[in-house]
Amino acid sequence: MAAAGPSVFLLMVSGQVESAQFPEYDDLYCKYCFVYGHDWAPTAGLEEGISQITSRSRDVPHALVWNFPIDITFKSTNPFGWPQIVLSVYGPDVFGNDVVRGYGAVHVPFSPGRHKRTIPMFVPESTSKLQKFTSWFMGRRPEYTDPKVVAQGEGREVTRVRSQGFVTLLFNVVTKDTRKLGYDTGPSDTQGVLGPSLPQGLPP
Amino acid sequence: MDSKEEKVKIITEEFVENDEDADVGRKKKTSKTQRQKGKKQLCTAGPEEMVSGKPHGGSQQGPAQEDPDPDTHLLSIPAQRGPRSLPPLPSASRTGFAEFSMRERMREKLKAARSKAESALLQEIPTPRPRRLRSPGEKELETEFGAEPGKETKRTAQDNDSQSYSRVKFRDCVRKVKSKPPPPPGFPSAEEAYNFFTFTFDPEPEELEEKPKAKSRERANQEEAEGEEEEPPVQGDEEELLNGRNEEDFLLGLDHGAEDFLVMRPAYYESVHVQLQKERELLFIPSRLTVPTSKKLPENMQPRFLEDEGLYIGTRPKVPRATQNIMENRLLVQEPDRRWFGDDGRILALPNPIRPSPSRPPALTQEQDIHAELETLYKKAVRYVQRTQHMIGSGDFPENFQLDIDISGLIFTHHPCFSREHVLAAKLAQLYDQYLARSQRNKAQFLTDKLQALRNAVQMGLDPEKSHSSVDITPKAINEYKSEIRETRKLRDAEQETDRTLLKTIIKVWKEMKSLREFQRFTNTPLKLVLRKEKVDQKADEEAYETEIQTEISELLEEHSEEYEQKMEEYRTEYQQWKAWKKAQRAKKKKKKQAAEEHHDEEAEEPPPGDGPVKPIPPEPIRQAVLEQEVRERVARSRRRPGEPMLVPELSLAGNVTPNDQCPRVEVLRREDVKRRSVYLKVIFNDKEVSRTEGRPLGADFRVHFGQIFSLQIVNWPESLMLQVYETVGHSGTTLLAEVFLPIPETTVVTGRAPIEEVEFSSNQHVALDHEGVGSGVPLSFEADGSNQLILMTSGKVSHSVAWAVGENGTPLIPPLSQQNTGFRSALKRADAISSIGTSGLTDMKKLATWAAESKLDPNDPSNAPLMQLISVATSGKSYVPEFFRLEQLQREFDFVSDEELNRAKRFRLLCLRSQEVPEFRNYKPIPAYDREIMDKVFQDYEKRLRDRNVIETKDHIDSHRAVVAKYLQQVRESVLNRFLVAKHHFLLTDLVIEEEVPNISILGLSLFKLAEQKRPLRPRRKGRKKVTAQNLSDGDIKLLVNIIRAYDIPVRRPTTSKFQQPSRSSRTFRERHAASPTTHSPTHSADYPLGQVLVRPFVEVSFQRTICHTTTAEGPNPSWNEELELPFRAPNGDYSTTSLQSVKDDVFINIFDEVLFDVLEDDRERGSGIHTRIERHWLGCVKIPFSTIYCQARIDGTFKIDIPPVLLGYSKERSVLAERGFEPVRSLSEGSYITLFVTIEPQLVPGESVREKFDSQEDEKLLQATEKFQAECAFKFPNRQCLTTVIDISGKTVFVTRYLKPLNPPQELLNAYPNNPQATAELVARYVSLIPFLPDAVSFAGVCDLWSTSDQFLDLLAGDEEEHAVLLCNYFLSLGKKAWLVMGNAIPEGPTAYVLTREQSHYLIWNPCSGHFYGQFDTFCPLKSVGCLIGPDNIWFNIQRYDSPLRINFDVTKPKLWKSFFSRSLPYPGLSSVQPEELVYQRTDKAAAAELQDRIEKILKEKVMDWRPRHLTRWNRYCTSTLRHFLPLLESSRGEEVEEDHRAELLKQLGDYRFSGFPLHMPYSELKPLIEAVYSTGVHNIDVPNVEFALAVYIHPYPKNVLSVWIYVASLIRNR
Repeated sequence: MAAAGPSVFLLMVSGQVESAQFPEYDDLYCKYCFVYGHDWAPTAGLEEGISQITSRSRDVPHALVWNFPIDITFKSTNPFGWPQIVLSVYGPDVFGNDVVRGYGAVHVPFSPGRHKRTIPMFVPESTSKLQKFTSWFMGRRPEYTDPKVVAQGEGREVTRVRSQGFVTLLFNVVTKDTRKLGYDTGPSDTQGVLGPSLPQGLPP
Repeated sequence: MDSKEEKVKIITEEFVENDEDADVGRKKKTSKTQRQKGKKQLCTAGPEEMVSGKPHGGSQQGPAQEDPDPDTHLLSIPAQRGPRSLPPLPSASRTGFAEFSMRERMREKLKAARSKAESALLQEIPTPRPRRLRSPGEKELETEFGAEPGKETKRTAQDNDSQSYSRVKFRDCVRKVKSKPPPPPGFPSAEEAYNFFTFTFDPEPEELEEKPKAKSRERANQEEAEGEEEEPPVQGDEEELLNGRNEEDFLLGLDHGAEDFLVMRPAYYESVHVQLQKERELLFIPSRLTVPTSKKLPENMQPRFLEDEGLYIGTRPKVPRATQNIMENRLLVQEPDRRWFGDDGRILALPNPIRPSPSRPPALTQEQDIHAELETLYKKAVRYVQRTQHMIGSGDFPENFQLDIDISGLIFTHHPCFSREHVLAAKLAQLYDQYLARSQRNKAQFLTDKLQALRNAVQMGLDPEKSHSSVDITPKAINEYKSEIRETRKLRDAEQETDRTLLKTIIKVWKEMKSLREFQRFTNTPLKLVLRKEKVDQKADEEAYETEIQTEISELLEEHSEEYEQKMEEYRTEYQQWKAWKKAQRAKKKKKKQAAEEHHDEEAEEPPPGDGPVKPIPPEPIRQAVLEQEVRERVARSRRRPGEPMLVPELSLAGNVTPNDQCPRVEVLRREDVKRRSVYLKVIFNDKEVSRTEGRPLGADFRVHFGQIFSLQIVNWPESLMLQVYETVGHSGTTLLAEVFLPIPETTVVTGRAPIEEVEFSSNQHVALDHEGVGSGVPLSFEADGSNQLILMTSGKVSHSVAWAVGENGTPLIPPLSQQNTGFRSALKRADAISSIGTSGLTDMKKLATWAAESKLDPNDPSNAPLMQLISVATSGKSYVPEFFRLEQLQREFDFVSDEELNRAKRFRLLCLRSQEVPEFRNYKPIPAYDREIMDKVFQDYEKRLRDRNVIETKDHIDSHRAVVAKYLQQVRESVLNRFLVAKHHFLLTDLVIEEEVPNISILGLSLFKLAEQKRPLRPRRKGRKKVTAQNLSDGDIKLLVNIIRAYDIPVRRPTTSKFQQPSRSSRTFRERHAASPTTHSPTHSADYPLGQVLVRPFVEVSFQRTICHTTTAEGPNPSWNEELELPFRAPNGDYSTTSLQSVKDDVFINIFDEVLFDVLEDDRERGSGIHTRIERHWLGCVKIPFSTIYCQARIDGTFKIDIPPVLLGYSKERSVLAERGFEPVRSLSEGSYITLFVTIEPQLVPGESVREKFDSQEDEKLLQATEKFQAECAFKFPNRQCLTTVIDISGKTVFVTRYLKPLNPPQELLNAYPNNPQATAELVARYVSLIPFLPDAVSFAGVCDLWSTSDQFLDLLAGDEEEHAVLLCNYFLSLGKKAWLVMGNAIPEGPTAYVLTREQSHYLIWNPCSGHFYGQFDTFCPLKSVGCLIGPDNIWFNIQRYDSPLRINFDVTKPKLWKSFFSRSLPYPGLSSVQPEELVYQRTDKAAAAELQDRIEKILKEKVMDWRPRHLTRWNRYCTSTLRHFLPLLESSRGEEVEEDHRAELLKQLGDYRFSGFPLHMPYSELKPLIEAVYSTGVHNIDVPNVEFALAVYIHPYPKNVLSVWIYVASLIRNR
């Protein structure tokens, strides 16, 4: 193994769903899940999570803080289908029904290091005014059949969305062997580029 | 007080100012204030303190400060919130004020407090002041103590002043501090303000008294502020005492101070005027008016319109005039020195790049045949070759084209660094060059010679003796000669004069230069002019001179004399005329005189004498002396005097340049400047820089030698070649001096032959230098008085040569002329032409030429050049017409790897295939990171499939016809699949977003009704399970649940004792025929079975995907298990997508076995101590349910007929007495055994949606609308009933369903079988149809899409689902003369399906086309459970009866109340033609092929059986096998009926010693795999008795059209001992 060089690279993501800004809304919780391509496989950690319900901060206006940890490690052979985190935020409406407050997605940062991302969130719009009213009244807002569609482009052209709030995420990204496989994602590091053919003195 | 006042001002403003203002102000102020500090303390604080006394407490001070300014309370209130807590006030009454709800109480208290305060106030008022005044005087850190007092000042000021004043003050405070302007009129000065503040304390208490109550509320609020203000004094006092606390105070004060300051500002308002004023300062609004041209151009420049001068100017992009004006105005104001404007005074603009028409040729519609020249041709991929690629058509011209540009050097004829001497030297050199050039040409000499020759010729012409050779010299010719001589002489004289003046100028310049050198006492240039005198022979010279003059004079004389003659002639004629006129006049006069005597009045008519011709003046004769004088003068002017030596100037560089140390400083400076300069050239090819020379330093002689040759390997047709001259001064930037355009060489100019040419350039650079350098573009004078100024511009010459290179083999690397016509540029240029003459015109050069002529193309437009050239080529006859059209010329540029290389990359290929969703790779993961990790075998399957697409392989498919069919099916499947893949990526909103439907009234009502519903109803309804979308599933998530409830009428064991018993009446055979007349059974019962003996011990085994589960063993022929079996489900390739699940072909086998115990104890003695039995299981029958049915139906619930082999040796179907009695009427119609099942998938999967593709149709639009309407109506009434009007045929078109029904002839063979029995024929036909293999569309086409193939297609494919079977059967029945309909309805287990209904004489029969069975209408075990609609050949009837069960409905379609017909009176049947063929052609199946197939199947099955028994020896009993083989044809001919007894008898006869268990299987033949599966599912191979033997026989009965009926007889034999 040491001689052959790595055949996969690893991407470790830790971080947290820090906070959200949803003016007017309160008591929200969020779900996250990862969407990744065929060549990716999670090796450790949780692919999906659902956070606690958070209430609005009294000090900072509009801030809803979750600080909900994310920790996952992927392995892959191909940067195509780089993982994306899909967030969906839910909360009660005026009648107490649990409705969706926003969907959003962002790619896991490519380069190692600490990254902060603020994703704009959006919700699908009702197709008509009447439906808007009834959905509001009944507490059954339009939702995506699968939140993962927000991570893909296919089929989105049929939907209409309205933006709604922001979620701030913090990622700490560590990669392993990306450089050895020829994917230079980060800032130049001290190790230098080692070709995959070079024998690696890896400890067994 | 002045200083004081100023200071107060400073303080006030300092607090009011914003931070930034304060910073500015503070620095200045602090310096000021510090100076005055000491003084202040004495003069302000001191006295006042003495006057007022020391403050005693903060509490009393508060009101004193606030009350004077009641009007500003509102302003100050917000500021007075403070974090500091109020210290308890001495006067308790004050605290109560905060609660203003208790106003009354407060008032009273207030009065009391007031009286107190009044007394205290007077003493307290001044307290803040000393602090305030002192605090700025101390240090910065103390300022905050003065903050509140400062505000107070402000407030008081505001009290009096208008708001605007305060605003202005705020804003301008900094300025005011600096300049102290007089206060604006109407406003108090700062002094006044201060005084006001200082002296208004006395009336304050009074004011307080006047309106305390009104203010009580405000004051209540203000109390807080009081607290605030309390502290500073305390601190201030302390501070006076303890300076050491300053630091702390500062810290304390800081946080409060800033807050207070910020808040204290009043609302900001700016008057409109001020606003406008400010805006005017900041904003610039460019005017919309047109700018006069003179403004845009440099001074004294006339606008120059290049277009008028005939140069090409492209059309400018259209910009509205106003916008342009705005832009111009803006540019003029913002960057006047940047050259935004062109010579014509307009903004520089590139030509409009937008073409009026697209360059892509118009898309050709399919109807038109494509022009031959636009047809795409396959062109083999060419390896990317550098450099040649987009000289278009590079494939034909593989050479490189090369242009050699030799830049040898650069000479400046003027340079800013030229000294005066240089200027002269340059002039001299120039003149000398001119001189050299002239002398080289020596035109004067040439003209002299010519003159001589002409003279000779004239001489000869005049001399007749000599002119014998040239007889034809006429006088006219001589005249011509003479005139030529005249001309030549004039020319010569001019030349000679120029020569002479040139020489004179050279000498003059040289003299000037010499004098300059003397004057400046140094020499800059090595230039030296030497005048060489050439001695001439004076005499000869004089002679020649004289003769020359003489000849000239004589010639002139001659000329003049000729002229004179001529004039004389003229004179004479004129004179004659005049004379004649005169005479006439005179004659007239005479006449008149005579007449006058008679008529006096005529005299008046006499014309005045002046009217006649003037008397001509005779010309003066020429005088030789004058002429000679003239000639001599001229000659003297233009020619060397005789005897004067010939002067030949020679310019040499032999002179010495004075070294630097001898030069004056300015000159040294100049020389150093020159040294710092260097020059380089850029070579610009087609507006792109291609190379540049090295920077070479400028020599002292202003020559730069480059000597570089640039070889340009070009791919584009050269359009322009330009050199840019850049000069670098020191290390500072480079300046572009000039641009030199080089001509593109002719194609004949090749390297080596090209002369070095010089191209002049000049720059309009303006440089003025501070040393000896004369600069350029600046006036310069050589005269002492500065007159005679001249302006020299930087100029120079580049010597270069441009030529086409010569290749290695001597061929010039020149692009062929025609090449450029095909260049992509020209291809694009022609775009305009396309619109006018069409694409075909492009290849017609003549047409193009006429178009070009008509459209008046500008021939000078460089963009039209290729077109022009093309046209010129075309009109000259020879033309090269490209034979192809290329859309993406540059595509190859972007190919970074060749295609082969790309294809070789396995990883890339894998990625491609996966993204194309090729089935083999659809879910391949993960793709390895390296090529080397990808096994070659990954592609094997795929490649094999690709290969096999055209090759028919007979290995998998045992008979060739099936192979062909399978191939065809595969192709249809692929095409359909592709359509599905497209459709799959087409989303609707509902796919992505879950949205509630808009509730209508009924739903609302229903939901309201639901509210009233009982929470726990007595009869609960089943609630639907949650459906799971199939995408996020993995192996093991899905389970198949099979609930086996009970079975009826299981065959029972036949006691072995009755070996030779003849069949009795009581033992019923299977397959009792009872189509019309149920047989009545006498209630006799078998005597063979003693009561209580176990007849059969059945159990059920479910096998699915080779997983087997079984129930416990029950007893009796009507067992009840009620057990749930759970089988795991694995999707193929782990792909749980809908399409993949739909195409799962696996079947669920539900096998019923009989568990038989055999006593194996051989020794009876041991019977007491142990039981040794062997369990054997005997297969009784099975039910087969395809997984796709379960998947699509979600659940299957019902009673199924068990498929029991026709012959089940050892078993018979016995009825218990009870059963026969009790259920006779019900059961009488039924035959066979039944099992009740409930099958479902857990979790429930969402079945695939049908494709929402709108298929095109050839049906009439009206008909289609009618179908939609019909369907909508039906669906509205009975949403659950199937209504079918249109279907999709195999080519994907919508077809009206009745077109499928048409009488079609069944095979003649079948008709001949029972010529007299129509019922038997019908059954045979049904059997034939059922023998065609069943293959659901969902499986074959991976998606719910019902494709209906016509009957001939169906027979060709030999596979289809219910519809095809039903259609074929219905067509056969129609052809047999029956009344037949297609029944669309629901059946178990198929779900929505198609059956066939026939009408016999008195009743209806329902036929299952897939099994060939038929049922009476009232058969309870009929699998058809509901009827949606009936379809006949000419109409569709929808069931609108209350019930849909066939048992309960009336099939009489003529009743419109029961059946809604599609075609009715309002829409009559239009007579639709059928899609079915006229006739079906059946070819007889090759019997030999069938026999061969039979053998092969048998062999394969035997091998399989042996494979399944890996641990046991498998013996084959040949004898039994052959017996069975003989028996099978009998079964076929009788279709399994009425043969059992004979068979049994025969078997027993032959195999007397064996215990035999086995059965024949019957199935239609499609592939080998189902046969193997069927054999496997029977479990015959599972017997592990050591001495077991097997028998396996296969029989294939061929029916026409390759329909094969396969019989497999499997048996195990155990020798009885």
